[in-house]
Amino acid sequence: MTVFNNLSWRFLTVWQRNLVVCRKIWKVNFLVPLLEPVLYVLAFGLGFQGLIKEVHYAGHSLAHTQFMAPALIAISIMYTSFFETTYSSFVRMYYQKTFDGMMTTPLSLEEIILAEIVWSATRAAAAALIMTLVLGLFGLVAFPQGLLILPLAFLGGLVFGAVGIFFTGVTPSIDMFNLPVFLFITPMFLFSGTFFPVAGLPAWGQYAAFLFPLYHLVELTRFCCLGLMEAGPLISFAYLICFSLLFIALGLLAMRRRLIK
Amino acid sequence: MDTMVPDNTDRIVQVENLGKRFNGLVAVDSISFTVRAGECFGLLGPNGAGKTSTIRMLYGFSPPSTGTIRVLGLDVATQWRQIRSRIGVCQQENTLDPDLTVFQNLLIFAGYFRIPRSLASERAEELLRFFALEKKREATVGELSGGLARRLTLARALINDPELIILDEPTTGLDPQSRHLLWERLHTLRARGKTFILTTHYMEEAAQLCDRLVIIDHGRILVEGTPARLIEEHVGRSIIETAGPEQEALRGFLHDHAVDYDELTDRLIIYNNGDTAIERAIREDFCGRQCIFRSATLEDVFLRLTGRELRE
Repeated sequence: MTVFNNLSWRFLTVWQRNLVVCRKIWKVNFLVPLLEPVLYVLAFGLGFQGLIKEVHYAGHSLAHTQFMAPALIAISIMYTSFFETTYSSFVRMYYQKTFDGMMTTPLSLEEIILAEIVWSATRAAAAALIMTLVLGLFGLVAFPQGLLILPLAFLGGLVFGAVGIFFTGVTPSIDMFNLPVFLFITPMFLFSGTFFPVAGLPAWGQYAAFLFPLYHLVELTRFCCLGLMEAGPLISFAYLICFSLLFIALGLLAMRRRLIK
Repeated sequence: MDTMVPDNTDRIVQVENLGKRFNGLVAVDSISFTVRAGECFGLLGPNGAGKTSTIRMLYGFSPPSTGTIRVLGLDVATQWRQIRSRIGVCQQENTLDPDLTVFQNLLIFAGYFRIPRSLASERAEELLRFFALEKKREATVGELSGGLARRLTLARALINDPELIILDEPTTGLDPQSRHLLWERLHTLRARGKTFILTTHYMEEAAQLCDRLVIIDHGRILVEGTPARLIEEHVGRSIIETAGPEQEALRGFLHDHAVDYDELTDRLIIYNNGDTAIERAIREDFCGRQCIFRSATLEDVFLRLTGRELRE
């Protein structure tokens, strides 16, 4: 299949291009992961203090902020990578014609697209690292195993970056990204054991959550931060690997169908 | 002109029965041509004739529906990577990287070719000088005028020191100064032995730059030859344009003398092919108001072959 024949390490040159561009505005890029967790912890810590005494999770009682903090990192991984390969990649592909220019060089389309996905995972990992350190200052992350979030964030970034590039491949215009955000991202954001344990959901809700990649990412970040999780770490890990591989393949196919005429 | 290119030179590009269909629409309909080393080959045609479709297939961007393409002796279908590392493509649309500065555009692009960093910056500096872009080195692409952006696009296409350079409408929308600067640079590059494929809508440009050209319409090659030969064959050496009320009588005269002409709303274009007797007769008897006597150009050939009606 062309999809796989056309892949080589040359994709790193496109990844490098994105790094050069990102370094120009890195201060702005990293302000969000730096401040966002502080705002969340303050809002939920202060606001929900009187309402929620504790959260029962995996046989333990946790403070709500303690329960929520790892999920904040997972959510940030999802948003960072998904928005990078939807809105940002769409701008590069459609408005800036950056990919068209690259296609006159020895790069294949597959390498360009893979670089976009890997780049989104890189950004997600960088954002997750910053958030982990900030939340660590609040005592919400246990170290050193908390640092495992870095490779985990990269994997999570691959998952949502690949899903994002798939939508970029099939979306007619940039305004239409509202749809996958509304139908895919927002439900996951709310129902993946992020702000409350999925054990509180009816059975069908729990099954649905189990299919969400974000649920497994939240589980694993919680495992890194607290050493606790409901599902098995290997199952969640395997699920994320399979999900990312499937959507990387689908994303490459969708982009080839869209761009090669 | 043909004799200037020796017969034993390499065929840089060999296109055979190339065809392209998009959703049942035929964009390119079985065309064949070759480009020899060191020549500038022109692809001319009205909008929608199939020029850009052909170009895109040449560098392996879009797969042909039928036919084969060999570039530098390699098959585009399978060896596109080697081919692209040895050619330069200047696309019609601005595909410069707007997130980068002028210098970074060259340097990062060199990275895609895996050109070592030191060699890349050496070449980038040289190209900035060659296209008079040194002052814009740190500017972002958005700050560049159309002419500057075009120069940078061409500079970028040369970063891998290509043997073949493909230019898709390189001067469209440029002011005369920028256009002449580009022409001059292209002449310099030709003198260095580069081979060119060029598409353009400017016949003056094609006549000036191309050794040989084809005129394409509706996806087919109508004619092929040197600009001079095409002019001679299809419109003759000279042209008379007349306007005014005596056209009825003039038409009769032209019919009687079997002189070719085209009719426009209020003008006749007469292809008198340097016949001085005819010219004198028209000047004396039919040029009441306006007559233009001029030599034939490639534009006359183009309009004669592709028609005068609008395409879009």
